Amino acid sequence: MRARVLIVPRPEVLDPQGRAVAHALAGLGFAGVRDVRVGRIVYLTLDDGLGRADAAREVERMAKELLANLIVEDFTIEWMD
Amino acid sequence: MRVAVLQFPGSNCDDDCLQAFGRVLGCEASLVWHGASELPIGTDLVVLPGGFSYGDYLRCGAIAAHSPVMAATKRFAERGGNVFGICNGFQVLTEARMLPGALLRNAGLAFVCKNVTLRVESQRSSLTARIAVGSQYVMPIAHMEGNYFADEATLDAMEARGQIVLRYVDGATGQAVAGANPNGACRNIAGVANERGNVVGMMPHPERVMEGLLGGEDGKALLEGLVAQVAAAAA
Repeated sequence: MRARVLIVPRPEVLDPQGRAVAHALAGLGFAGVRDVRVGRIVYLTLDDGLGRADAAREVERMAKELLANLIVEDFTIEWMD
Repeated sequence: MRVAVLQFPGSNCDDDCLQAFGRVLGCEASLVWHGASELPIGTDLVVLPGGFSYGDYLRCGAIAAHSPVMAATKRFAERGGNVFGICNGFQVLTEARMLPGALLRNAGLAFVCKNVTLRVESQRSSLTARIAVGSQYVMPIAHMEGNYFADEATLDAMEARGQIVLRYVDGATGQAVAGANPNGACRNIAGVANERGNVVGMMPHPERVMEGLLGGEDGKALLEGLVAQVAAAAA
């Protein structure tokens, strides 16, 4: 089983990295970009022995305990198979 | 007084802290490896040094926060033990949820290495208990992620409880103006304490200004207050 966890800065948190990318895109002539947020993706390969429901619970815990810092980041979990 | 300086893979101010607390301030200071499941018996103060623990992988301090020695440090703090984090040590304490908030990438996206002026804002921490509010110190910062963030409600609550212990200020006027903020930190915050006041973190490096030969003694003045407070509590 493969999952990916997408982690992005929360909307109320200033993302200077995203802002710099937005400036660079504007500099390259890409018009109409209203906002850029830069996050990170964590790919997880899990034992198939775990049922999907258990795996979902485990990945949720991983995201909350370590992969994301919920004070400043939000996460979403996507299954790739 | 016994000081345990924690050492994570990638710590690089650990020896500076040993020198500061041991040789300069006269404490019995020793290094404690991150894999240790207990602190040395008789520890009075735990110091988390600066550096790049675990290569700053994932987020600064995130992996160190889950190391065995941090579980021991949490238990120590819950019993009232004093814990002090500098720079990456501050990041580790926020990731371990021993201090509120988080430290984000500097607003200017650049590593900032320079002297700043700090003002003591509150005496409600072991670090500042013996120092007059309004006292100013000059010492270096050297970080990429020192942009302190907490939501407005948390900041208001911290302010009301005196948990904001140090701010970046203009050296001439003593005011916490935007121009004195090196990294975009909310409300010019340079250092915070937990509610109880026994866990404190700060981004600037007092351990680097312990002796005139090395550029100043402001760090010594600040840390002498911490050592005196912890020693009195231990007596």
